Amino acid sequence: MAVTEVDVRDLDALEQLAVADKPIAIRAWSATWPLLLAIVVIAGAWQLVYLAHLKPATLLPSPRDVVSEISGLATSGTLWRDLWGSVHRAVLGFMVSLAIGTPLGVLLGRVRLLRRMFQPIISGLQSLPSVAWVPAAVIWFGLSPSTIYFVVLMGAIPSITNGTISGLDQVPPLFSRVGTVLGARGLTMARHVLLPAALPTYVGGLRQGWAFAWRSLMAAELIAYSARLGGGLGQLLNEGQNLLDESMVLSAILTILVVGIVIELGVFAPIERRVLRNRGLATAR
Amino acid sequence: MAPVTLTHQDFQQTATNAVILDGVSKAYDGRTVLQDITLSAAPGEFVCLLGASGCGKTTLLNLVAGLDQPTTGQVRVAGNARPALMFQEPALFPWLSAARNVELALRLRAIGKEERRETARELLDVVRLADAADKRPHELSGGMRQRVALARALAQDSPVLLMDEPFAALDAITRDVLHEELVRVWQQTGRTVLFVTHNVREAAVLAQRIVLLGSRPGRVIREWRVELPQPRRIEAPDTSALAGEITEHLRREIASHGGH
Repeated sequence: MAVTEVDVRDLDALEQLAVADKPIAIRAWSATWPLLLAIVVIAGAWQLVYLAHLKPATLLPSPRDVVSEISGLATSGTLWRDLWGSVHRAVLGFMVSLAIGTPLGVLLGRVRLLRRMFQPIISGLQSLPSVAWVPAAVIWFGLSPSTIYFVVLMGAIPSITNGTISGLDQVPPLFSRVGTVLGARGLTMARHVLLPAALPTYVGGLRQGWAFAWRSLMAAELIAYSARLGGGLGQLLNEGQNLLDESMVLSAILTILVVGIVIELGVFAPIERRVLRNRGLATAR
Repeated sequence: MAPVTLTHQDFQQTATNAVILDGVSKAYDGRTVLQDITLSAAPGEFVCLLGASGCGKTTLLNLVAGLDQPTTGQVRVAGNARPALMFQEPALFPWLSAARNVELALRLRAIGKEERRETARELLDVVRLADAADKRPHELSGGMRQRVALARALAQDSPVLLMDEPFAALDAITRDVLHEELVRVWQQTGRTVLFVTHNVREAAVLAQRIVLLGSRPGRVIREWRVELPQPRRIEAPDTSALAGEITEHLRREIASHGGH
């Protein structure tokens, strides 16, 4: 009987399927249109409630009133000053949280005793609303930027640290064994095996850390209000409340919401998608 | 292809054997897993360690790989590097492309960037995956992943390659083709292979020497030297006859435990 040689690549060809990616414009559109539709639906419902005159217009302004308030704030420059004030504090606070939370997470993730000492506390801090720190911080630091940053850090660091720890926990033991067989030790093991393997969960921790940083910042700006602190969206909220200007308050809330959505969709979602896709973990949605 | 082909120097250190186990026993919590194992592999030899569950195959490989220490006895391995080890799972790092997975093994040996890149391509070519160099593990089939793992193991440039049931999780067709591939790569690279399996036919197709291990505790029961030329096919009468003979001994060993 004749014996047919099979080249292993013939078998490979049977098992490989080419899947072409859709163009980026189509992907971007398919991701954004449901969101745009949701905005239209919510604005429509709002408009209907407004038209029903359940409350006087000063208490419940129409979407149009709020949009013109926002454009007024934008023209006068107040909006940009407040937006910049808040965003740069949040970004700076998040960066510092990152720089503290990550090494702390690695330390607690790798040293068993430290972890048993501190992880319950860190997890507890994660569920403690960081607004609780505002009075303490005001007493310690006065109405200064330190107060605001302190509250932001207390909000963001626990999430980032916990994300780092659970990322390291989820590294399959087989990866560590492979690393050992290949000759990785200590730092090279961390650099080439543990940290990359922990990345997806770590990114999830960063995302949550950012959300906590942003919320904590708003709480701190709203409560620790002082003209000396410069602009911020929390201050804008506070001013609106003092002036009983509902349009101004709703403008500030919308801006805070939009910043959250933009950072989420523009920064964290793409990073997370990329990390997951690279590992074949992304699910088609 | 310097990292693939072995030079004479690698062998001079142990003179005649690439791997020596001398009266090796291993116990965990007083339970003996391996008992007085003495065996050796000549440079470039392909040895299959065959046994049923509980024969301590994986423990044995861990000892040779230096991941664990014997309770008594000695393990000696040729070369300066620790032996390369392939697992049942490919265990590729999912965040690296096929080429980068291979390059990492070279990088951990402190090989420069240019040489890394070139050597990784050469090794992927050895396992006939040059075209898949930039693909990520999840884009490859099970058989392709296991070949990338083989290329990575070759990148360790150890004269000794340990394989822990590397094809057990693959389908039968892929396994057959990969047997031919492994034999070809082994002949091309001159590695000493210690291949652990519970599959008699696999051992009969691959090995120059087959060591049958008994179970509980693991110990050497019998050895066969296989003179049949490569490439072999399991359908060939000589190979089937050998597989049949070994199976008979394996079944006797298993039956001796049950008392039924």
